[in-house]
Amino acid sequence: MNVFKKDKKQISIFVTAGYPKLDSLNEQLELLESNGIDFVEVGIPFSDPLADGPTIQATSEIAINNGMNLPLLFEQLHDRKSTLTIVLMGYFNPIISFGIDNFLNECQLLGISTVILPDLSIEIYERYYQAKFESKGVFPSFLITPESSNERILKTAELCKNSFVYLVSSNATTGGQSNFSNDRLKRYAKIKEICGNTPMFIGFGIQSSEDVEKVQSVSDGAIIGSAYLKAVGKGEEIEYLNELR
Amino acid sequence: MQLKAQPYTQPDDLGFYGEFGGAFIPELLRPNVEELDSAFRQYCSQDDFKLEFICLLKDYVGRPTPLYHSKKLSKKYKCTVYLKREDLNHTGAHKINNALGQILLAKKMGKKTIIAETGAGQHGVATATACALMDMECVVFMGEIDMKRQAPNVKRMEFLGATVIPATSGSKTLKDATNEAIRYWINHPDAYYLIGSVVGPHPYPEMVALFQSVISQEMRSQLLEKTGSEFPTKVVACVGGGSNAAGAFYHYYQEESVELIAVEASGLGLKSGKSAATSFLGSPGVLHGSMTLLMQGEFGQVTEPYSISAGLDYPGIGPLHAHSIEEGRTKTVSVTDKEALSAAKSLSQNEGIIPALESAHALAALQHIEIKSNDIIVINLSGRGDKDMKHYIESK
Ligand SMILES: Cc1ncc(COP(=O)(O)O)c(C=O)c1O
Repeated sequence: MNVFKKDKKQISIFVTAGYPKLDSLNEQLELLESNGIDFVEVGIPFSDPLADGPTIQATSEIAINNGMNLPLLFEQLHDRKSTLTIVLMGYFNPIISFGIDNFLNECQLLGISTVILPDLSIEIYERYYQAKFESKGVFPSFLITPESSNERILKTAELCKNSFVYLVSSNATTGGQSNFSNDRLKRYAKIKEICGNTPMFIGFGIQSSEDVEKVQSVSDGAIIGSAYLKAVGKGEEIEYLNELR
Repeated sequence: MQLKAQPYTQPDDLGFYGEFGGAFIPELLRPNVEELDSAFRQYCSQDDFKLEFICLLKDYVGRPTPLYHSKKLSKKYKCTVYLKREDLNHTGAHKINNALGQILLAKKMGKKTIIAETGAGQHGVATATACALMDMECVVFMGEIDMKRQAPNVKRMEFLGATVIPATSGSKTLKDATNEAIRYWINHPDAYYLIGSVVGPHPYPEMVALFQSVISQEMRSQLLEKTGSEFPTKVVACVGGGSNAAGAFYHYYQEESVELIAVEASGLGLKSGKSAATSFLGSPGVLHGSMTLLMQGEFGQVTEPYSISAGLDYPGIGPLHAHSIEEGRTKTVSVTDKEALSAAKSLSQNEGIIPALESAHALAALQHIEIKSNDIIVINLSGRGDKDMKHYIESK
């Protein structure tokens, strides 16, 4: 059973653990659950987030300065009341530092079956890590872009059959302005078709409920990051979530 | 470029040197890196490419650089000491070798815009120079703090026609300038990213090492002429990211009798918390697209290193060095700010050569290594000290 496969179109939100306050995570999870969000990506802050634009860079820096780290994040997750599905998202280095085995054990204990490690490529994953991850029931979701070849998409979809394919809306760092033109949407629809039975979500640059609707029409759902974090920064997350509904 | 030196210079198909290296990059960067890799494999072994590169190194850079027998250092250390004079290259350091190699490749690829990161500004100046020569647009990312510390080099780059963009994220130094360059590359895949050392995702370490390998290639023939043997007993080079060291070691990795000594900056001292001695203080981790030794905190956040020498304060080290150090092929020595300053002064006043602060670390390492009277030691003098005069004057 793939928990990301549902009969309805979904919305997922990305939050940076430790932002805006060190212990904000569990409040955030409860808020997102009560607002009908389908699953949450919890970002592990890193000092050098290569694929991220200014918003997530800033939230990561604040979170690190607040004292967030991986052991503490796991502690907070052990204390959570929310039953929302959680996907951990983080650059590889803090995970190496924590220890891959320790990391996978914690995921297993917490019932987290999907992680997104944006700087771990499929090739390196397959050669060095796949056996280990799968033995702990952890199945990464991998990124593709609208420019990915059909062959690459097919391979990614196969590898993600227990998680989901993460399609980035355009080949750009997070938080940019995406243009969801008809041509773009057609390409997304084609990619969705290639993904077959593997759920496919679209993220990066999704801001408004109109964006969400467009993206949902050609995928299993939308993933919102920077736009939500900006609202959190202004203390306007409730308003933001209301608008999404 | 014709000699192939396995295994330290030749990574496997995924770019690994032992457990280090690889391409730990987001999928967004994959097309860029793949395009680079296939162009590198296609062009760099072609004869016309090699010829063009060799001609530029000769006529534009002024190669071969001399291998100078330093009688004063030889006397002081009771052995034979040679200096490989990379300081005499056009623009004053080894960095130009790599900048020209990569710009030729960029040209073959039909690129029009070059981006680069720089710390002290040496690689930025070399890149701006190569871009001026080849009529390329040049955009250099430099940490906001480094721009203040190295203002004359900012002016030099701008005078050469480059645009310098301050990196305002993170700690606002070299590692952040590198992040910004990579982000810019993700968002502008038509640009060519000209990285300045043997760091970054595969194939950069392999490629930069190859373009710098001219250093040891020349050393071999120069030593043969001067001593009757191509092989010294020791080669000593400083390591920031490790490009001058990779070039100086390249054609010696396979000759086990040649001891390879990499010199890292220990800043105010290894235990002071103000150091850049990655191999002593680092642990395996991923930064800027490769697995390497990395200076990091308890929870895997990359720490900001310190050295008086801006070219050596990088928190990582090239993956080929990480591997070679772990294998015991390369030995490491660390040198403090103070020792480097004093070695710079000594070379200036005894030989009339003002070395770069980075290279002064390699000179100072002689105090820390065991030397026998029959030793023939080559020190790679990676650059000249014009840019460091302020430090030298202040330290008097
Ligand atoms: C003169 C000189 N030597 C050495 C270095 C360190 O770089 P690498 O370790 O890549 O040779 C620099 C970097 O700016 C430099 O300018």
